[in-house]
Amino acid sequence: MTGHLLAAGDPLFDHGLNFLVILIVIIKVLVVFGALMTAVMLMIWFERKVISDMQARIGPNRAGPYGLLQSLADGIKLFFKEDLIPDRADRFVFKLAPYLSILPAFLAFAIVPVGHPVTIGGHHFDLQLADPPVGILFLLAMSSISVYGVMLAGWSSGSKYPLLGAVRASAQMISYEAALGLSVVTVVLASGTLSTARLVADQSHIFLASWNMVRLGVVPFAIFFIAVTAETNRPPFDMVEADTELVGGFVTEYSSIRFALFFMAEFMNTITMSAVVVTLFLGGPDGPTPHIYLLQEIVPVLWFVGKTLAFLFVAVWLRGALPRLRYDQLMDLGWKVLIPVSLGWLLLVASVMAWHWWALAVLAGLVLVGVGLGRGFRVGALRQDDAAAAPQPEVTR
Amino acid sequence: MTALLAATPAHLTVKIAYLSILPMLALLGGALVILVWSSLLRRPLETVWITSLTVLAATAALVLSLMQYFDVIHHGAHVAIDGAIVSDGFSAFVAVLVSAAVVVAALVGDGWLQQETIRGPEFHVLVLVSASGAMVMGAANDLIVVFLGLEILSIALYVLAAFNARRRQSGEAALKYFVLGGFSSAVFLYGIALVYGSTGTTNLPQIASYLAQNYVLHNGMLLAGLALLLVGFGFKAAAVPFHLWTPDVYQGSPSPVTGFMAAVAKVGAFAALLRVFVSSFGLLRADWQPAVWVIAVASLLLGASVALVQRDIKRMLAYSSINHAGFILLGLQAGSTKGVEGSLYYLFAYSFLALGSFAVISVVGGPGDGRHGLDRYRGLARRQPWLAGALALFLVAQAGIPPTTGFWAKLEVLQAAAGAHSYALAVIAMLSAVIAGFFYLRVVVLMYSPAGATGDGAATGTIVDTVEPARAVGDEGEPVGVAPGGEAGSGAVALLEADTGESAEPLVIPGTTGIALALCAGATVVLGIYPAWLTDFAHQATLLFHP
Amino acid sequence: MVPGALFHFSWLKIPANRIDFLTFVFSAAIVLVGAVNVVRQRNPVLAALSLVMTLFGVAVLFVEQQANFLAAVQIIVYAGAIVVLFLFVIMFLGVDREESISEEPLRGQRFWAYLLMALTFVGLLLAGLGSRFGSGVPSVAGTLNDNPAHPRSATPDVVVLGKSVFTTYLFAFEITSALLVIAVVGAVVLARRPGAGPLAEEDDDEVEVEVETAEPEEVST
Repeated sequence: MTGHLLAAGDPLFDHGLNFLVILIVIIKVLVVFGALMTAVMLMIWFERKVISDMQARIGPNRAGPYGLLQSLADGIKLFFKEDLIPDRADRFVFKLAPYLSILPAFLAFAIVPVGHPVTIGGHHFDLQLADPPVGILFLLAMSSISVYGVMLAGWSSGSKYPLLGAVRASAQMISYEAALGLSVVTVVLASGTLSTARLVADQSHIFLASWNMVRLGVVPFAIFFIAVTAETNRPPFDMVEADTELVGGFVTEYSSIRFALFFMAEFMNTITMSAVVVTLFLGGPDGPTPHIYLLQEIVPVLWFVGKTLAFLFVAVWLRGALPRLRYDQLMDLGWKVLIPVSLGWLLLVASVMAWHWWALAVLAGLVLVGVGLGRGFRVGALRQDDAAAAPQPEVTR
Repeated sequence: MTALLAATPAHLTVKIAYLSILPMLALLGGALVILVWSSLLRRPLETVWITSLTVLAATAALVLSLMQYFDVIHHGAHVAIDGAIVSDGFSAFVAVLVSAAVVVAALVGDGWLQQETIRGPEFHVLVLVSASGAMVMGAANDLIVVFLGLEILSIALYVLAAFNARRRQSGEAALKYFVLGGFSSAVFLYGIALVYGSTGTTNLPQIASYLAQNYVLHNGMLLAGLALLLVGFGFKAAAVPFHLWTPDVYQGSPSPVTGFMAAVAKVGAFAALLRVFVSSFGLLRADWQPAVWVIAVASLLLGASVALVQRDIKRMLAYSSINHAGFILLGLQAGSTKGVEGSLYYLFAYSFLALGSFAVISVVGGPGDGRHGLDRYRGLARRQPWLAGALALFLVAQAGIPPTTGFWAKLEVLQAAAGAHSYALAVIAMLSAVIAGFFYLRVVVLMYSPAGATGDGAATGTIVDTVEPARAVGDEGEPVGVAPGGEAGSGAVALLEADTGESAEPLVIPGTTGIALALCAGATVVLGIYPAWLTDFAHQATLLFHP
Repeated sequence: MVPGALFHFSWLKIPANRIDFLTFVFSAAIVLVGAVNVVRQRNPVLAALSLVMTLFGVAVLFVEQQANFLAAVQIIVYAGAIVVLFLFVIMFLGVDREESISEEPLRGQRFWAYLLMALTFVGLLLAGLGSRFGSGVPSVAGTLNDNPAHPRSATPDVVVLGKSVFTTYLFAFEITSALLVIAVVGAVVLARRPGAGPLAEEDDDEVEVEVETAEPEEVST
């Protein structure tokens, strides 16, 4: 039982614990926390600016240069607003939910490597908060418990729109979890590791060509990105808080700082998930780097930030460009398209890795299964139509 | 965790002896083919096709398990798939029995489905998969595989119990079965965990060899695990004190399902129970034999005596199945090769008796499958001589009257008990057989007594009153139908009149049910007259790792 | 079982590593508090939340045993999917308010149930604590790790698990698929509303037809 907890993971702990090590850990935590908070603030501004550009508006331009401090102003305003708790709310859960929502968003970022390992003062350490041996599973775990925040918020509000929003949210998040997990499995299969640091290292052999996005085919990447968008309840999958149908969904009854926490959690999730997409599929901080002192530490971080920004822009772009899906379309997409396709692709990748000729057989099998599945879905729809057309059976005696 | 380490050899692929799993693959494959086929057609598949496919798959499984049996006879028993499955006479016997039971159950189920106009492949799929679970239990060589087999068997049965969505009792039965079954599964799993904790493995032969090699000072944890395993098995096998679900579930489930449940669930549970206790924990025999003794005695006596006062034939047969569980436990209690042989023989005989009896019941139950009062059987012989004859045969066989398998089955387990010097148990078993014989024969006599001769128009009687004549009979020790003019008899007859007078409407025996009945009756009579074949079969079906 | 075996107190010895010990105590407390709260809590939603708490505690215990993969899967599968589905059902069925369980159909049954459970539990505990093998160990102990001295260079638990799933437990792993298939078929059968056909002619007058409520999806579209 010696040192089990410290045994795995970071090389920082190789020589046991001392105060310097603890200090480094604390600094890392603070830096990540601060950076994330700032990033959220900027992200809100970024989203509003980009959207307004797309809609030929000016957007926020009062607080600070280019309206940069707009989010800060909004935050201060929200902070000083009255904190309402509905009469029929379950007070304990109602207060708990915002924290349950924001906590996983913070924690998930812990496993994202933002740069290559650096050495400072004889201490060799990763530029990431933690590198557990099951890193990517930690991410899945966090994303799967982030549903609690939304769900409990909706339930504890004691009102029907939030409850509907919560039920939608939990169904949606569970449904897309499967596709998300399956596309992650493809990555893990190719890299042979669950640790994010090693996933990144595995992708950094050849620029672009050894990124998972390219070498696994674009399919897992595309599925992961769609699933992540649904997981974070971003448009076009924002059924959870569809304001035209559900007032504000699960946040309807929230106000003041609790509302702000949900808001922050959503943006933080967007940032974290963009960073995760970069880590899993775009080689993280991988990119051409000059081998000059200091620069070789900083440039990878810049690569990472640049790639993440690109995905953040895409997320905003999607919101600006796409209409919201209908709920049944959303479920159909998740269950009938994404999950079968990601499963099939996983099989294909596995067969290619096992033996190239297997791939042909598996491909043939997949085509067969695909045709069968398509036929099955079609039959299901037809039967539903038949049942709808037929007179309702008399059930009373 | 040592098992995990031991389980990681250098090579990564496992040699799979397909013959040892082919019977279950045939059942599972049949289920999948039916599911896929029916989901690709716009109109729901005709029940005839589904039944034919099911019977085909089960027959294939039967042939394959016979092949497995001959393979075992010629080449010896062996373990397969890295020790998860064992291929020996025992597993082949169970596979033969289960696949034969599926053939019968599918035929009976077909008749019932057409009678109830229920369409869709689900019934047969559930039957097939459930049976494959029982087969897995018979061949399992690892506690985890036993558990998985148990769950496959049970989950399908929970759903089958609720299959008739139009009957409220059916749902109630399923809920009771599900809640209690889930609880017993948890207990069973806890037992596995404790056994694993104290032996470091879940593999049955490895447990045996661990116990043979290591001296156990205070094996409290192991014994606790063993006790919990016994509880889990006892629940599935419907042995007393774990029998409480049985009457309600047997009564509430659709009749063909009850027959299937009585046959296959018992086969699976007892197969695994015998293998685990006799082969793995054979060395601890002195510890578990007293517990099994108590359970056996309780099952024998309670099953027989409570069945006496039942007014619903399904409940009566439920208690009779508890009684039979007691008999099968005799073989386990003996803990010998002879005992295993006797239990297997008993299981074989009982399975077909149960399937046949409930097949008749599902026909007599009529559309809706809701009428199972004993009075409905009065005079059945006049209306439906063949049906009554078949039921009489099954009941007589269950009572253990000579030219049937039931007699040889009871003889085998009693011989085993006597061989293990459990004379008290043998005497109690014979006593309970006498008590049980009474209520079986009562139904037979009822069927062959004239119907509705002395009705006095007391149409106000409700079915509740039936208890009284039954009790009266129990007290007087005189069968109801013998003296129809007596008070007890007239009460029952009045009830028959009160029962909407439907006795006039003819009972229709679906063709498939007829075939199933013929199969069961044939097995009962032929194997009763020529018992040597089955005795040999059971004799060859000893356990691979049995000392 | 000999009571004397109880007084070895080996289970009370503080492990060498203080961090491990503190983690154990902390997460064990979480597990126990959560578990007790699941039973005591009258509000089903809060009970489910307590269950999540217990599951998290167990996950930490797994991490402490270096079963990282199990810990992650514990959270993903149990906390992230199963309890969420529990909550889903609780919210849908509207049983999310405090249940009154004061009515007893059988007088005094609760007392006997408590007593029986307590006795069983204590019995199991004593049996477990009191067991000793000839070698003196209370149970068969082992480690997942093939290189306990240098855990970092040991085979990762995922590898060990993967190997055993595809060798020793291959059959168990594959047969689980049959379990899943039958669970799906069963769920579909149970969720289907009864069609037309002969109704059960019960021997009494309590014939009722239960029409299933609308499917979940229909509500939220």
